Amino acid sequence: MIEIQDLYKLYGTRRAVGPLSATIEQGEIVGLLGLNGAGKTTTLRILACDLLPSAGTVKVGGLDVVEEPHRVRALIGYLPDTPPLYAEMTVRELLGFAARLRDVPSGELGRRVGEALELTRTVEVADQAISSLSHGFRQRVGIAQAIVHRPRLVVLDEPISGLDPVQIVEMRELVRSLGGEHTVLVSSHILHEISETCDRILVIDDGKIVESGTEQELAARLGAGVRVEVTVGGSADAEAVLRAVAAVREIEPIDVAEPGARRFRVTADADPRDALVRALVAAGVPVLGLGRAESELETVFTRLVAAGAEAPPARRASRKRRPRPAAESAGDTAAADAAPVIDEEAPR
Amino acid sequence: MTKTWLVARRELGAYLRSPLGALVIAAMLLIDGIWFYWQGMSEKRLSAEVLQEFFYAASGTTMVASLFLAMRLVAEERQTGTITLLSTAPIRDVEIVLGKFLSAFLMLALATAVSAYMPLLILVNGKVSAGHILVGYLGVLLLGAAATSIGLLGSVLARSQVVALVLGALLLVPLVLLWLVARAVDPPLNGFLSGLALHHENFRPFMQGILELDRVAYYVAVTFFFLLASVKAMEARRWR
Repeated sequence: MIEIQDLYKLYGTRRAVGPLSATIEQGEIVGLLGLNGAGKTTTLRILACDLLPSAGTVKVGGLDVVEEPHRVRALIGYLPDTPPLYAEMTVRELLGFAARLRDVPSGELGRRVGEALELTRTVEVADQAISSLSHGFRQRVGIAQAIVHRPRLVVLDEPISGLDPVQIVEMRELVRSLGGEHTVLVSSHILHEISETCDRILVIDDGKIVESGTEQELAARLGAGVRVEVTVGGSADAEAVLRAVAAVREIEPIDVAEPGARRFRVTADADPRDALVRALVAAGVPVLGLGRAESELETVFTRLVAAGAEAPPARRASRKRRPRPAAESAGDTAAADAAPVIDEEAPR
Repeated sequence: MTKTWLVARRELGAYLRSPLGALVIAAMLLIDGIWFYWQGMSEKRLSAEVLQEFFYAASGTTMVASLFLAMRLVAEERQTGTITLLSTAPIRDVEIVLGKFLSAFLMLALATAVSAYMPLLILVNGKVSAGHILVGYLGVLLLGAAATSIGLLGSVLARSQVVALVLGALLLVPLVLLWLVARAVDPPLNGFLSGLALHHENFRPFMQGILELDRVAYYVAVTFFFLLASVKAMEARRWR
């Protein structure tokens, strides 16, 4: 669906992207993960034919974005980081306008708008002015305008930016529901979000794809292992039981507020959850909780970026990057967004 | 053409739903009305002279109104990010520019049409021909189209509406004042500069009810030039 070969984008003498090569297959949900200023938005804008590349080849559905932008645009639905919504229009009017703009036949207009409203669960606000909608609904309408013409490729730039935790869960479900019929490319700097939503992750740093694969593949390749957190009760030596499980590589006790409970972070070569539960139950240790540690992908990402940082010193020195807090999860999105960040992305 | 009209309809809706359109029309009518009363009712004058004065005033308010109507066309979309909806859709830049121009021009035409009661009063109570009124209005609309295209270029180049207004004015005012420069230079340059001036020599025949095709061609050419420049500026944006 998408073939990118040696893509470069320069702003004056500053290289924002490049050399960047990647391939995305039809029906995949792929996450583009990178820090602010890594080149995510620039890459997506080039894919959406909003920006021309400085060099390289970008093809969507076999069509070159430079030679046939008009035809490429008909294949794509794009949600930029700020949803492009006319505040004075109602949701239904906006979707009708977006559909006509993208060549939906007038006979199918009502049906397509209805489908987009239902899929994004915006039927209840269909006849409200966009200016009166909450941020969460605006994001949904932004996605609705991107899919109203049933594009083959949906490109979403930071779709969960500024959403509250409930809206994030809903948005995650919505993005996942788009897979299959559409190829979906989602960008984010929220590690956990990409991990939850996407089939495959492209890690972008300094304008280049530095790694590609599923979360587990990336973790295995970098030797980060799979991390889980287990909470147990009782007085038995749970740590010894955990240590005896074959795949377990490392165990780290974590503080827990619950009286009588103990929590451990377990790092293993492969997903150890089934084996851990069996071993604990066999040893008579009460299992109070078990789950994947959210910081797993974060470790992978930090290692990748750190590895990249050692390579090209010249440009890195010129980037206005400040260190970000390590634990950016869905819950602290707002704080992450509010923080003064890094390099500005492409000028609009 | 379908998409041009689609963009134009959306823009017209935005004008009608926001206070800007109503404010601009109200201000135009107020100023034209005051001028008309002052020139037409305060002393005895020939009907044709009063009509000429009306079109003189209307030309000024039309140029200013054009800039105010055009300033938001692209700059506002860039400010709010909605330009992305257009720039990533299968619509050509020329269709976007024409649609936006058409909407502002139609708003201007609406405001101009509402002012028609003043020349009609002269027609009913005085001695002027309908042809004089029609030619005068043709001149006002042609001047309005040229000024709107200039304002639109300002809006394409600017990132905010205020800057768009200032840029539009910076392009428009020197074009209007070229006739003053023409008076200060020797022939044949003075004739050339005077012929380029947006108002003076090119608009006066319309005020007097004289239809000269070369003046019509001048305004069409100016409008075409600035619309073309707007399209090129939109295209260039994708390279930045």
